[in-house]
Amino acid sequence: MSYVRPSFRHPQLPANELGLTRRDYEGSLSTLCSGCGHDSISGAIIQACFELSIPPHKVAKLSGIGCSSKTPTYFLGKAHGFNSVHGRMPSVATGANLANRDLIYLGMSGDGDSASIGLGQFGHVVRRNLNMIYIVANNGCYGLTKGQDSATADVGSVSKAGKVNPFEPIDLCTLALHQGATFVARSFSGDKDQLVPLLKAAIAHKGFAFIDVISPCVTFNNTPQSTKGYEFVRDHIEATGKIDFVPMKSEITAKYEPDFTHEVTLHDGSVIHLYKGDKELDVLDRRSALTAIENHKEAGRFLTGLLYMEPENNDLHDTLGTTRKPLRDLNEAELCPNNHALQVINDSLR
Amino acid sequence: MRRINSVNEFVIRFANVNGTGSASANGMFAKAIYRMGVPVSAKNIFPSNIQGLPTWYEVRVSERGHLGRRGGYDIMVSVNPQSMEKDLKDLEPGGYFLYDNTKPLDPGLQRDDVTFLGIPLTEICRREYSDPRQRQLFKNVIYVGALAALLDMDFQVFNTLVADQFKGKEKLVAPNLHALELGYQYVKEHLESPLPITTRRSDRIGERILLEGNEAVGLGAIYGGATVAAWYPITPSTSVVEAYEKYGNRLRIDPGSGNRKFAVVQAEDELAAIGIAIGAGWNGARAFTATSGPGLSLMSEFLGLAYFAEIPVVLVDVQRAGPSTGMPTRTQQSDILPAAYASHGDTKQVLLIPATPREAFEMAAASFDLADRLQTPIILMSDLDLGMNEHLSDPLEWDDDRRYDRGKVLSEDELERMNTRFGRYLDVDGDAIPYRTYPGSHPTRGAFFTRGTSRDEYARYTEEGDAYVRNMDRLLRKWETAKSLVPAPIPYQEQPQSSIGMIFYGSSVHACEEALDILREEDGLVIDALRIRAFPFNRQVQQFLTEHERVFVVEMNRDGQMRTLLMNECEHDPARLPSVRRYDGLSITASDIVAGMRRVLDRNNVVPLKKKA
Repeated sequence: MSYVRPSFRHPQLPANELGLTRRDYEGSLSTLCSGCGHDSISGAIIQACFELSIPPHKVAKLSGIGCSSKTPTYFLGKAHGFNSVHGRMPSVATGANLANRDLIYLGMSGDGDSASIGLGQFGHVVRRNLNMIYIVANNGCYGLTKGQDSATADVGSVSKAGKVNPFEPIDLCTLALHQGATFVARSFSGDKDQLVPLLKAAIAHKGFAFIDVISPCVTFNNTPQSTKGYEFVRDHIEATGKIDFVPMKSEITAKYEPDFTHEVTLHDGSVIHLYKGDKELDVLDRRSALTAIENHKEAGRFLTGLLYMEPENNDLHDTLGTTRKPLRDLNEAELCPNNHALQVINDSLR
Repeated sequence: MRRINSVNEFVIRFANVNGTGSASANGMFAKAIYRMGVPVSAKNIFPSNIQGLPTWYEVRVSERGHLGRRGGYDIMVSVNPQSMEKDLKDLEPGGYFLYDNTKPLDPGLQRDDVTFLGIPLTEICRREYSDPRQRQLFKNVIYVGALAALLDMDFQVFNTLVADQFKGKEKLVAPNLHALELGYQYVKEHLESPLPITTRRSDRIGERILLEGNEAVGLGAIYGGATVAAWYPITPSTSVVEAYEKYGNRLRIDPGSGNRKFAVVQAEDELAAIGIAIGAGWNGARAFTATSGPGLSLMSEFLGLAYFAEIPVVLVDVQRAGPSTGMPTRTQQSDILPAAYASHGDTKQVLLIPATPREAFEMAAASFDLADRLQTPIILMSDLDLGMNEHLSDPLEWDDDRRYDRGKVLSEDELERMNTRFGRYLDVDGDAIPYRTYPGSHPTRGAFFTRGTSRDEYARYTEEGDAYVRNMDRLLRKWETAKSLVPAPIPYQEQPQSSIGMIFYGSSVHACEEALDILREEDGLVIDALRIRAFPFNRQVQQFLTEHERVFVVEMNRDGQMRTLLMNECEHDPARLPSVRRYDGLSITASDIVAGMRRVLDRNNVVPLKKKA
């Protein structure tokens, strides 16, 4: 395993609209196990942010505790990060977002962090429709404490220790759909072609964007009988279809077959093109998404790709009616009533 | 039979059934006393229930200005059959027992040393009102009218009071006045009036206002610049954020857009409430949450994070009787130790302890400056008595030239001009307070990773023991810095006059001041006193302890939590810290304190220091 990042970079690394190269989006060297699915997610985040020309410092990275929650160190090194408390990242993200609505909030969590200790906070951040991207790196086990089953482990899945999981799994996508999430997707860390455009769409989406990324744990849950191992996932995966994300400012050049594509315009004017793999799924219909998930589950398959989205929605700031100017930037003159107002209040208390 | 005889000095207790609208009628009585210019202190002693259980409302009227609980009741307004037996038993000899005599009093209820005043409240209501709800509500107003006659109160005060109370609901003015009149007339026609206990107009109120501590805190948070409030409902703290939102809707609306310059989130639990506040504090907004004991327990993991990662946040703890669910609607000062050392590992938290609504307002506003300056949680330790009762308080003031202290935050320009490497946890100025940056400030400089794990001065993860110790020791030096920034204690004398001292804090202030008066007047004892207003203790507290042979610590908890804190932090001899405590859920009274101190002093055969002539 490498512990030093080579400083050499190709002199003609391509630059994005900001003149930044992919390297400007990297973070510290990962200390996760080699082959960990989570590192591929970090790579996809770097790719998506680079290609969208997002200024790295305009992203705030938030996480809970666990292997997944360590990853924000490994991407966007010029962005502030907050590795908070186990299962409580949603609340920290909520406060951060309320303080400054102008940053991009990227929450990184795991199946233990979101489906067990943090299940309550997960459900509530969804129903508040906080404007953020919420990624769960889902490996069905607890990595940092050496491989115990998590709440997303499937019934019958066998971990490295040879234990058969007897409990029903929690499907976070289903839960998110039930709680009113306005963007729900599932992906696989090994499928960058799908994950990068999904991330771009999630970033462009206004409101709560959830991506459940199946991300195998190479050390503790990559056995042939594990339903979250590379082999099993590759054999049982099925995509809703290929996805293209076209940012608002770009011209649409590709030609799409009308019968097989679905075009969704996002809040900021960007466009998502879905090449329909699953003709039954209507990504604008919550019920259709739930049915598609259930149908695939019954058939023992994973359905990945964009499952549902609601481009026009009210996020938490809309609901609370907060000012356009970030709350943290308001000064004394804007925040503090004067002594005269206080004397009027005194009078009302006599 | 001796009958209690006094003018403007008495305690009246109302015994009601909760959920019947009695609190507002009883409040009207207290406010009328206030408007007559007589100092008044009202305490609502209510059950953890919405309807049907006994509830009491205790009003102390004191021309001399004593605002603490006195202990004992001179007049009992007993309109709850459930508690009547106890209510009668508790009445002072020579007192007055006002009851509903629509039905004859239970023959078992007898005392020959009190005056019974029967008024057929139910019968009057049945005659006057057809709606059952009105019958219930106006019964309370009728006995207030009766009291007006019995105590010779200025009826004109009620006319304006009712008009003020129902501003915007003018339809209710006349029926309320009518109900008052019914009670007043009944007394005039059927009973002796005024009683030997009476009231008269006075001028002892001055500019003072009647305000609840929770409302003062909510308003203080508005003036202090808080923009994010997250909370989970819990008695007795609920009205803190409700007040913040109420005043926010009045004072913090952007005139152009109608948008709000604040955000309130009712969280799913206390964990989320403090998490939201910490997230907002991390990102540069002034944020707070309010809770009570059980919430404090739930929040303690996050408090450790904010302590260790150095994130400003304000927590308002309106203490109630614990442990566990305890007595949710009774007061105590029993979260002192769990708040001071909240969270696992070596932690110390800054506490501010207000005693009055005015101080609650000021400390709430100041807590945001302190949190930003010290980059740590600030816990405002209020309690149910201060928070939920209306207290006579000095009026609120704000200096319009006051500027917020946002602490050590590097702006984009400052980062741009920096020619040294930014270290989030580097002690640059020698006060152990490092510089921080807000997310999104500068494209290439000042970003760091906030974490609850150990790190070095540059916020890099480390498991090096040396780096860990350097950081923990710096946090201790920051604690020393805090001692000079937190509110100083209030001494009651310029120079030590006695070898005996008294330390107290929070809402026991009035009872303690009265106890000092009693000891001076009745025992000829001059006792030095110090009111603690914050933790960490600064030098004056330490000095007060060393300057006095013995210091009584007065508090409302079983274990003497402040005493433990003094012993621990000041390394002070426990034998020199006798303790006076009350922890039955009611506020400590002057007589509790006097009795507790006399017991110790007599036992030790102290020769009292005579009062200076």
